[in-house]
Amino acid sequence: MSSTPLLELENVSTHYVSQRGTRVVRAVDDVSLRIDAGETVGIVGESGSGKSTLALTILRLLPPAGRIVHGGMRLEGEDLLAKSDVEMRHVRGKRIAMILQDPMASLNPLFTVGDQVAEPIRVHEGVARKVAWQRARDLLKSVRIPSPETRVTQYPHEMSGGMRQRIVGAIGMSCGPRLLIADEPTTSLDLTIQAQYLNLLRELQRAHGLALIFITHNLGIVAKMCDQLVVMYAGRVVESGPVSRIFNAPMHPYTQALINSIPRMNGSQERLTAIDGQPPDLSALPAGCSFGPRCPRVIERCHVEAPPTFAPEDGRAVRCWHLAPHAEGARAAQPIGAA
Amino acid sequence: MVVLEAAALTKHFNAKRTAFGGSRGVVRAVDNISFAIEPGKTLGVVGESGCGKTTTANLVLGLEAPTGGAIRFEGRDLTALDAAGRRHYRKSVQAVFQDPYASLSPRMRVSEIIAEPLITNEVVAKDELRRRVLEVLDLVGLPARAADLFPHEFSGGQRQRIAIARALMLSPKLVVLDEPVSALDVSIRAQILNLLRDLQARLGLSYLFIAHDLAAVAHMSHTIMVMYLGKIVESGDARTLAMAPKHPYTQALFSAALPSHPDERRDEIILSGEVPSPLNPPDGCRFHPRCPHATARCGAEEPLLAPVEGRQVACHLFDADARRAA
Ligand SMILES: Nc1ncnc2c1ncn2[C@@H]1O[C@H](COP(=O)(O)OP(=O)(O)OP(=O)(O)O)[C@@H](O)[C@H]1O
Ligand SMILES: Nc1ncnc2c1ncn2[C@@H]1O[C@H](COP(=O)(O)OP(=O)(O)O)[C@@H](O)[C@H]1O
Ligand code: SF4
Ligand code: SF4
Ligand SMILES: [Mg+2]
Ligand SMILES: [Mg+2]
Repeated sequence: MSSTPLLELENVSTHYVSQRGTRVVRAVDDVSLRIDAGETVGIVGESGSGKSTLALTILRLLPPAGRIVHGGMRLEGEDLLAKSDVEMRHVRGKRIAMILQDPMASLNPLFTVGDQVAEPIRVHEGVARKVAWQRARDLLKSVRIPSPETRVTQYPHEMSGGMRQRIVGAIGMSCGPRLLIADEPTTSLDLTIQAQYLNLLRELQRAHGLALIFITHNLGIVAKMCDQLVVMYAGRVVESGPVSRIFNAPMHPYTQALINSIPRMNGSQERLTAIDGQPPDLSALPAGCSFGPRCPRVIERCHVEAPPTFAPEDGRAVRCWHLAPHAEGARAAQPIGAA
Repeated sequence: MVVLEAAALTKHFNAKRTAFGGSRGVVRAVDNISFAIEPGKTLGVVGESGCGKTTTANLVLGLEAPTGGAIRFEGRDLTALDAAGRRHYRKSVQAVFQDPYASLSPRMRVSEIIAEPLITNEVVAKDELRRRVLEVLDLVGLPARAADLFPHEFSGGQRQRIAIARALMLSPKLVVLDEPVSALDVSIRAQILNLLRDLQARLGLSYLFIAHDLAAVAHMSHTIMVMYLGKIVESGDARTLAMAPKHPYTQALFSAALPSHPDERRDEIILSGEVPSPLNPPDGCRFHPRCPHATARCGAEEPLLAPVEGRQVACHLFDADARRAA
C-alpha cells in the first residue's frame, strides 16, 4: 500500500438521471478500488450491475444522463475529476485505452484498417503519415494479424470477428497506454479464438507492463487471467480481493453462490447451487442490503441497514453484515471506506 | 429402443453468389453424421460457430429437409410417415431456443402462448386446456397468476421458463435445446439448468442439448458429440470425453474452455488460424490446416469415425488402435 497506485477510486457513485429528474438509476454506488501497475483486475457482475458504467466513469465518457455524483479518482496520483475535457481526451488516447464487446462499435466501417490504426498515432504523437503507417503495420503484426501489409488496406467488414477484435486491441495499444480496460472483449468470439485472443492480451501485457481491467460476466475468464477480483452486485462492490483467495474461500453470500453455480467439467455436481430470484431494479433498490431478497444468509438487520464494507483480511473487502466484528463467527474485521 | 436416430444425415445448401463475386458452391452444413438419442438421456452437441449445430437441430425438428441420409423416430423413417405419424412426430419433438425475448409473441398472454401448440394439434375443452396450462406452469416453477400476464412482465429467466412450459404442453419425448441458457444472466443459468435436469428425471425426457459452454454441456449430457465443419470428429460418454478428449480438435477445444477455478491449470493448446468456411471445406481431414499433428496423409484422406477406448474418434492418429479394437 506504499507506492502510488496506477489508478485509485474512492467512494465513487455514478447515477443516470432521467430527463425530468424523476428516475435515478444508481448504476455505480460508493465504489472504491485500486489498481497497481501491471496488475490484472477482473470486474464481475451480471448484466445491469454497473460494470460498463464504472468503466465509462473512469474514462469520463458517460452519456449525457450519466453523472459522477460523488467520490474521487486518481490516475498515477493525478485527480481525474479535475481534468478538463481536453486533458481527458489526452488521458484516453495515451494513458488509458478501452476495448469494447462489439469490435464493430469501435471501428469505422468507412475507413481502412490502416487509417484507423495509424490515425491515433499521427494525432497523439505528431509523427509523419509514413511513420504512422509503418507503426500501424508493426502493430498489426504484434497482434498476430497475418500479412499485415495487405490487411492495412482492407475494411473492417472484410475480416472475421476475432481479427477485428485484435485490430481494436492494436488501436488501443498504439499509444503505449498504462492501463487497458476491456469490456467483455471475447463474448462474441468462439472458444478457440477466445483462447488465442486472451493469450495475446497476456503477452501484450507482459511485454508492455500494462495494467488490465477485465469486465466480464464470466468467472472463468477471471480464474484464467486475473490477479484481483472485484464482484459487483446492483451497482456496488460486494467483495474484492486476490482471485485465488476469493475462489478458495468466498466470503460474501453472493460470491459464494456465484462460484457454486458454475458447472464443472468433471460433472461432479449433482445439482448446481442456483440463486433464487433475480437482480433488483437499480432505480428501485430494496431497503438495506440490495442482495437481501435473494440472500440465503439474510438476517433481520440486512433489511434495515445496508452493510458497510469490512476488511476481514489483508487485501479483502466484503460488504456484508456477517463480516462485522461483533457478528457471530466473524473474523476480526474493521469497516473501511466511507469516512 | 432409441428415441431418435440419425443415419448418414446430410444437409447441403447451395451458396448464393457472395457480394464480392465469389464462386458459387455448396455449403456442407451437416455432412454425413450419425447419432442416436436414448430415452431419458441427453445428447450434448459442441463445436464452434458454423459447425452445423443449429442445422442439425433444425433437421431433427423437421424444420429443414435433409439432402441425404435419414432420421428415424421410434424406429420409423420420417419420410415414410403417414399424416397421423407426422402429427405424432411433431408433437413428440419440441424445442427451446436461445433468445427468450424473440421466441415469445409479445401480444399474447402467457396462457395463450403456452396453450397454442395444444390448440393447433388437438381438440381440447376449455377447462381441460386451462388445467394443462396451470400444470405445466407449475412444472416449470411459475405461479398460476403468470398465466394472465404478458411476456414483457417477466425477466429473461422467467421467459425461458415460459418457453420450456410451452415445449412441455404436448408431452414431448424429445426436447431440442439450442443454447437455452447463453442469453441468461450467470445467476439465472443454474436455475434453468437445474430445472431442465429435474424435468428430465420427472418426465423421462430426452434432450438434444446444444451449447457453447462446454462445462454446462458436460454437466447436462450423458453423451457428447463434437462437430467440426459439418462432421462429427469425436463422440462418446460425456464425462470421459470431457475429462480426456482424444481427437486433436476436441483436445484444443476443451483446453480452450475457461477454468472453473484459478488453480485448475490445463495444458493450453492454442490453435493457429480460424475455422475455415464450410463452403469448399479442406480436403482430407477438415481439421488438417489447423491440426498440430497433421501429416501428409491427413490432407489427402478423410479419417472415418472408429472406436477408440470406448468412444468414436475420426483421426488417422488412432488408425492402429481402431484396427486393433475392431
Ligand atoms: N439457409 C442457409 N443457407 C446457406 N447456408 C446456411 C444456411 N443455414 C446455415 N447455413 C450455413 O451452414 C453452416 C452451419 O450453420 P449452423 O447455423 O448450423 O451453425 P451453428 O453451429 O449453429 O453456428 P452458431 O453457433 O453460430 O449458431 C454455416 O456455415 C451457415 O452459414
Ligand atoms: N444511458 C443510460 N440511461 C439510463 N440508464 C442507463 C444508461 N446506461 C445504463 N443504464 C442503467 O445503468 C445500470 C448499469 O448499466 P451498465 O453499466 O451498462 O451495466 P453492465 O455493463 O454491468 O451490464 C442498468 O440498470 C442500466 O439499465
Ligand atoms: S448483508 Fe445480509 S443480505 Fe446482504 S449479503 Fe450479507 S447476509 Fe446477505
Ligand atoms: S486426421 Fe490428421 S489432421 Fe485430422 S485430426 Fe487427426 S492428425 Fe489431425
Ligand atoms: Mg456492459
Ligand atoms: Mg447456432
